[in-house]
Parts: sequence; C-alpha cells; structure tokens
Amino acid sequence: MNHPIANPVRSAILPTGGDDGRLIVNIGPSHPATHGTVQIITELDGEKVLRADVHCGYLHRGFEKECEAHTWHNLIPYVDRLNYCSALINDFAYCGAVETMMGIELTPRTRVLRTLLSEYSRIADHITCVAAGLMELGAMTAFLYLMTLRDYIYEHLADLTGARVTYSYGRIGGLARDLPEGWLKRLDEVLDEYETYIGRIHGLVDRNRIFIDRMRRVGTLTPEQAIQYGCTGPILRSTGVARDIRKDTPYLAYADLDFEVPTGILGDNYDRYVVRMREMDESVHMIRQCVAMLPEGPINVDDPRCVLPDKTLVYREIESLINHFKLVIDGPRVPAGEVYSAQEGANGELGFYLVSTGEGQPWRVHCRAPSFVHMGVTHLMLQGGQLADVVPTFGSINMIGGECDR
Amino acid sequence: MRDGLVELLDGRLGTTAWLSHGMPVIEIGAGQLPEVVRVLRDELGFDMLLDVTAVDWLGRTPRFEVVWHVFSTRDCQRLRIKTRVPEEASEVDSLVGWYGSAAFMERECHDMFGIRFRGNADLRPILLYEGFVGHPLRKDYDKHHEQPLVPYRDTADRGTQGGPR
Amino acid sequence: MNGPDKRATIPIAAAGSPPKNPVFDVFTTKKDEVVGWARKFSLFPYPFVTACCGMEFMSVSSTIYDTDRFGAALPRFTPRQSDLMMVVGTITHKQAPVLQRIYEQMCEPKWVMAFGVCATSGGFYNNYAVLQGIDKVIPVDIYVPGCPPRPEMVIDAIMQLQERIANEHHVILKGDF
Repeated sequence: MNHPIANPVRSAILPTGGDDGRLIVNIGPSHPATHGTVQIITELDGEKVLRADVHCGYLHRGFEKECEAHTWHNLIPYVDRLNYCSALINDFAYCGAVETMMGIELTPRTRVLRTLLSEYSRIADHITCVAAGLMELGAMTAFLYLMTLRDYIYEHLADLTGARVTYSYGRIGGLARDLPEGWLKRLDEVLDEYETYIGRIHGLVDRNRIFIDRMRRVGTLTPEQAIQYGCTGPILRSTGVARDIRKDTPYLAYADLDFEVPTGILGDNYDRYVVRMREMDESVHMIRQCVAMLPEGPINVDDPRCVLPDKTLVYREIESLINHFKLVIDGPRVPAGEVYSAQEGANGELGFYLVSTGEGQPWRVHCRAPSFVHMGVTHLMLQGGQLADVVPTFGSINMIGGECDR
Repeated sequence: MRDGLVELLDGRLGTTAWLSHGMPVIEIGAGQLPEVVRVLRDELGFDMLLDVTAVDWLGRTPRFEVVWHVFSTRDCQRLRIKTRVPEEASEVDSLVGWYGSAAFMERECHDMFGIRFRGNADLRPILLYEGFVGHPLRKDYDKHHEQPLVPYRDTADRGTQGGPR
Repeated sequence: MNGPDKRATIPIAAAGSPPKNPVFDVFTTKKDEVVGWARKFSLFPYPFVTACCGMEFMSVSSTIYDTDRFGAALPRFTPRQSDLMMVVGTITHKQAPVLQRIYEQMCEPKWVMAFGVCATSGGFYNNYAVLQGIDKVIPVDIYVPGCPPRPEMVIDAIMQLQERIANEHHVILKGDF
C-alpha cells in the first residue's frame, strides 16, 4: 500500500553500468553550436559533464582521394575548401609545399603579397570564430558588427580574386593575378573600419560581467596537456606556450616583419578569445608593414615547369603552345620525392605532406589539419564542466569542418 | 635546424638519417618503434606528435609506408619517422601511450588504409561510418564506389515544377 | 441530433486537388492568396549548415544582405518549429541519415532549399564519401548553384521560392483529416 510512486522522469533515464542518475545527451551533428558537423555524446550527472565523446567525420569529403585524381594545379580549389574561413592560407601552404619540392624561389613581390594576404585571411578567420562564439553566448550585436566587417573583407578580396569565400588564388610559382587598381587604397579603408568595429567589440565584451563569468576558467587546458595532445596555434598559445611557426621558423616574408606572439595565462576560453583578438591586431600591424615594403616586379617565377606561358606567346610560338598544353593536360611535373611543409594557419600548424613520383599528378596528398588534432583534446576541455559550457568551449576551439574531416 | 641532430640520431638510434628539404628523416623497422620513440621523446625532447599517416605503394613490397612527424617545442625541430609494413601483416605499435594526439590520428589511418595499431583499443571509424566496407585511400579502392546509408528516393516524382509534391 | 450529419455535405478538399464545387472557388482562391502571403513572408529557416556555404549563409543573414527584409531571417534550430530547411554545404553519406531524419521531423508545409552546388549535385566532390545531391534522399524545392553562391543569388532564390509559395494551393484540411 505504501509503495513509492515511480518517478516518470527517473524511469526514462537509462542507467549506465549500474550508476544511477546519469543521463546521456547527444549534441549534434546537426547543431548550430557544433558548426554543423560534430557530434558530442555527453554523459551527464545533472548539469555536469562527466564524459564527452567527440565524433567527427560528418564532413569527410574525400579530399585526399580526390587529390590523387587531379593534377597538382587542378587540386588547388580542393585545398581552398579545407579551412574555408581562411582559404588563402591553405592555398599558399599547399603551393609553398609544392614549390619546396620543385626548388622554386618566389619573386619578392609574391613573397610579400602572400604574407599580406595570409594575414588578411587570418583576420577573416578570427572574426568568424569570435563572432560565432559571441553569438552562441547570446551577443547578437557583436555578431552582426563582425559580420559586417567580414563582408567588407570578402568584397575586397572578391575584387582581387573573383570570389568571396573560396578563392583558388595561389598558383604554383606565384599567384593567379596581380593587385588591381585602387586595391591598396581600399585595404587602408578596410583596416580603418576594422579599428572601428573591433573597438566596439572590445567595449561590448571585454569587461562584460556575463562574458567573463561564462568564459573565465571554463574549458581550461594546461600547457602539458596541450603539448601532449598536439595542440598548436591559438589553443597552445592561450596556455602560455609561445610557439608560432611565423616566429620560430619564418617562411615567406615573416622574417622581415616586426610582430609579437600573444600568449594567454590560463588556457581557458577567455584566454583564447584574447589571444585571437590580439592576433588580429598583430595581423593588421603586419599588413601595414607589408604594404609599406611591397616591391614592384612580376608575381610569377619565370619557370616553364609550372607557370603557364603568356597567352600571346601561346598563340604565336609552338614551344609555348606545347608547354601550355602539357601543363594543363598532364600537370606540372614535380620531381619524385616527398615533403612536409607547415605554415601557421589560423588554427595552428597546417601541414602538407606530399609524395610525388615525378608525374603531373600527386601520388599522395595529406593535410595535417590542426582542427582534427584539436578534436582529440576536446573531451578534456569539456569534462568537469557544465552542459551549457559545451557551447562556448567548442566555439573557442574553432573547429572548421572542412579542415577537421578533409 | 638543431646542430648535429643528424649525427646525434645516427649515433643514438643506429639509423641512417637524411634530410628531406631541411627536415631530418629516419627510416626504421616496425619493431624498433617503441624504443625509437622513447629515445626521441625522453632524451631528445620531441614532445609533440604532429601527424600519423600512411602511403600506399601498390605494386611494391612491403606495400604500406607509415609516416610519423614529431616536433620538439623546445628546439622548434621537426622529424619524420618512416617504416614499411607489408599488406598481409599491416600492423604497427600504437603511440597512444606516448602521445595523446595519436588516438584520433591512428583511428583515421586505420579507417583510410586498414593499418592496425597494436595497443590502441579504440579503432572505431572516425571519418567513415560503421558499415563502410573497405579502406578508401588504398590505391585499389575505386574513388567512385559509394556506399550509401540511406536508400535513394525515386526521383521521377520530384514534383519541383509547381504544385504539391 | 437525429438529422443527417452536416459535415458530410461540405466538400473537403482532398490533398492536392481543388474543390469540385464552383461556388467555393472564390473562397478557396482568396484563402490561398491570404495563406500564401502569410506563409511566404514568415519563413522560419532551419539552417542545416555543414560547410563553406555556411559562411555565405552567415553573410546573407547579416546586415548588408539581410534576409530579414523577406521575413526569412529568424532561424529555428529545431525542425519542429521551422518550415524552410536550407541545406547549406556538402552532405556526405555519413550525414545523409541525419538529413533525412531532420526532414521527416519537420511538419507540413515544408520547403527545402539546396544551397550551393554540393547540396544540389555533390559539387566537385565526385567520390565515395559525398552524396551526389540531396534530392536523392529528400525532395527539393529550389536549387541555388554556386560554390559558394553570392548572397544576392540566395536572396533571388528566396524570392522565387516565395513566389512559388504564394501561387501554391494551400491545403488546410486534408482528405484524411
């Protein structure tokens, strides 16, 4: 008669391994906070995340297999779509790897231009990460400010490359085309707009009580954990380890630039936000230096192995015609061998491991994607936190699906 | 590059290191991996595992080449380790006990090439899905061979030209 | 009451066919116009965002291009509350069951926009991993090509879809209601 009434909610909770009260909640893969392609299966005790299991791979588009079926040039659009927020960095990292294999030395103008555009792309990527992160915390105003700024950058890059998001602008041996008239003037205007908008974001967010409460000491990572799990880029730097490929082993024109490498102190979400904001400021500083030191000259090297000859010559000389034909149909012949070339992407070390057998098509193209490696450490950042912390922590990692799943 | 690294590697590991575009590379036998990694991590300071991948040399024996890239945060030095494994026994030791980043990367390598990593208890598909048969990055896997999970609908009744579907 | 059931004498439109009784044509046409107007200007998108097209989706929802002018800005991140599923980005075979499930969870009336060439036809990813077009698993109402499409193209697509919605025959009561 006096038996207890069964709690209908409790009976719906599936026990795991005899432990009572634990609930398994599935987040994703179609979820706005997981950027649409990651599934996080969390085991909860009330609101606290006990375990998190991260499942990626929902955007695996067969990039590496696809590359083996194209020429070294034709696969540049695929490379673009790895980290699609900062597509130019991917282009230049890949082209740089092939140029290393071919022993090509870039022209001075291209060296500086690629540096400038890499930093410009880095700004766009960090804007996207910060904007998405703030929107997920509820700050719609900050999101709209940053999206407006990012749209200015996209339109500006569309003037140069023809596309807003995925540019396919890098070429083996140089770039697709030179700067149009008035591009540098507009660049100056965009950088001034940047100062305005970012100033507003700082005002809205930096000392905002709610923001600090939600981000400080949330998603913390120690430097030892970060190194152990292969973290690079803003995540590693937020823990205090000042490793940046642009400073340690400079490539392109970074050795000639004066810039700092911002680091954090606790390795939490707030530090990652601050590191990204500071990196954007450093990028703007670098872009202004690049504009000041931009030399005149050709943008493509004079190397018939990979650079298409001038169209007027193609129509007039048989050698240029054959060269053009061979480059388009067979692809540039890269000497047999292998290379691992890493550049500092917006998320960390973006490495390309290329294997060539001397043909115009690659034998193997492997992308060392920072986002993928960071997915391996996500569970550590989520465990011990609250369910609501999953969203800002995941946002601060800046997982880009195209890069993570390739 | 750190001074004398090539000589140090040859002396300590008994390998013949060479430079690949400025990066030292060592080629070892699959069985030597645990000892080599111990020396690299504990004595030479290579504390970060950057990448684990493989290359399929179809037609050659041994068929697969497993490639690791490690990094020293102290000296900012990268190093490549290579080993060959045959098709019949495509197994190597896992580095999960040494480097945490190995977990996901070895899962991907297993997914794509079918190379087993002894000691990694979790080799579930990561980029592919349960039920996918085969290893796509092998050269004998046809690029176009899809394995859909959802049956395709009859597209004859698309009804996209006005009116309800 | 013992009289004949009044409901049986009022013709209820079967799904997809206009009522046979001409007297009701005027009412049903007006009803369709009003319902069409209401539905087209209150689209609640479910942004099924996966890849690069998501960047353009964020841009088209923001200040410069602004889908809010068309009533289609407020995303509902649950299929139960949305009526326009915008499939933004590549759908892989791993993601296809998820896509189908979300589509089935949406209530009528629902429309699908294939945003970008990857959703339309697999894009330039013609390999083992990618679904060659979402219309292989769910019906699509409007395809937006582009890799990624410019925001103006997306707005054009929304406007065309709105025109189609306005001209649709809106069935309020189905024959099996």
